[in-house]
Amino acid sequence: MTDEADKKNGAEAPPREKPKPPGYFEGESMTRRHAFTIAAQGLGGLAGAAIVLPAVGFAVAPIFHRGKERWEAVGPLGDFTADTYRQVVFTETEGIGDAGKTTAYVRRGSKELGEDPKAFIAVSNRCVHLGCPVRFVEAAGNFICPCHGGVYDFQGKRIGGPPVRPLDQFQVRTSAGQVELGPRFSVTSQLEPVRARDPGEFTGGIWEYLYPPRPSTFPPP
Amino acid sequence: MSKLDKLDKLIPAPLRKPAKPGANGAKGEAPADLKTSPPERKGHSARLADQAKEAPVDALAWVDQRTAASGFLTGMLYRKVPKGTNWFYTLGSATLFAFIVQATTGVFLAMFYTPSTTQAYASISHINNDVFLGAFVHGMHKWGSSVMVILIFLHMGRTFFFGAYKYPRELNWVIGVVLLILTMTMAFTGYLLPFDQRSFWASVVGININGTGPVLGPYLSDFLRAGPELGATTLSRFYAIHMLLLPGAIIALIGAHLYLVVKLGTTAPPWMHAEKPKNAMPARQLDAGVEGNGASPTS
Repeated sequence: MTDEADKKNGAEAPPREKPKPPGYFEGESMTRRHAFTIAAQGLGGLAGAAIVLPAVGFAVAPIFHRGKERWEAVGPLGDFTADTYRQVVFTETEGIGDAGKTTAYVRRGSKELGEDPKAFIAVSNRCVHLGCPVRFVEAAGNFICPCHGGVYDFQGKRIGGPPVRPLDQFQVRTSAGQVELGPRFSVTSQLEPVRARDPGEFTGGIWEYLYPPRPSTFPPP
Repeated sequence: MSKLDKLDKLIPAPLRKPAKPGANGAKGEAPADLKTSPPERKGHSARLADQAKEAPVDALAWVDQRTAASGFLTGMLYRKVPKGTNWFYTLGSATLFAFIVQATTGVFLAMFYTPSTTQAYASISHINNDVFLGAFVHGMHKWGSSVMVILIFLHMGRTFFFGAYKYPRELNWVIGVVLLILTMTMAFTGYLLPFDQRSFWASVVGININGTGPVLGPYLSDFLRAGPELGATTLSRFYAIHMLLLPGAIIALIGAHLYLVVKLGTTAPPWMHAEKPKNAMPARQLDAGVEGNGASPTS
């Protein structure tokens, strides 16, 4: 509550000067307390970053790490024909036993489909919808996925169901009379090879930017 | 200080029994009969027994003197709740209880579980088939996870349909949503741990669903798998997230959630209406406008 006398007294009194903090000197740009606050917070942040940054880097490092290229022989050249697939099982991820194995369907290139008859084609059985294992059904000549009904034709192109692109393939080379399978790669709807993508991700066109290639995968052949 | 007095300290004043006038020396002279015939002096063993009886209260009083916890606890435990509070209001506590069951059974499962791709399945088989009550504890953890998710959604539904997310409780809704996401992540990471066919393929599908997010999705997949394919480090990563990272985050957020519940109080169900103050003006009079309230009469 202020009454008339208070107001009057206040108006007449000279403006009260703020008391100077200890250590004040003429022309200082920052109080000692403020400088110490900034220094303490800065050092604290530095100490925190020294702990947090390595830990975070440790956790995200696998994103930028590419494993060693791995090739495995899956059978002699003569085992594979152009008119049907032969199922082979080989190790894609080492160190986890059976869980690291994957299935590929391998055949020779078919002249009727306009492929190089000397080349070998290894189609991955990993459905590109969500990663379930597809099976090549001989009678239909199609790959069929048991999970959500994805269907692919003989070349692995999608002809039905939810998949977003043709089936992935593995790089193939021949060595000492054996067919050897290497790293995985993905293909566009025109079967052009691109870097391996995870299931559910489109390939080709603008999708190459919306689903950027990951550093952990190998360049396409 | 008698035992009763100490107990009284733990009970908030409104709930405390009023002292009998005259008796107990409460605010008055000692009763006349005490002066004329003082009570018999108790024997040594009787006094020891009395002390023993008081020991628990003494211990509580010792702690309370040093923490002043009783004020906080009585404020929290005896807080007022609105009229109409009903069984639907227990869904949050039920979710908390489900979490406690998960945490407890999880600790005991961890005593037998090996987070290694070659031994995980065998260790789960060992828990289910050989360990005493192992199948029961594993079953509690497995089914309890579904119970917790269901209870969270029921709790969320109650909050939504009762309008309990509105001002000033929006932040608690946001914390609740984060808790829901953390619980789903918990369920997702826990699914892989038995490392059987179902776990493996469910995690493959789950990670690929995460990967379909544009731009960042592919990197998220690599982060979850610790590489381009589901491998040995995926399992240890999921294990660490499942039992070290997320439980801590969930416990901290449950603390914040409960703090806000106690701080802000709960809402009455939407079908309850505020009671009119006793001297409230009749609505008719308010509509017509009365002298001095600034409204002009319409007629």
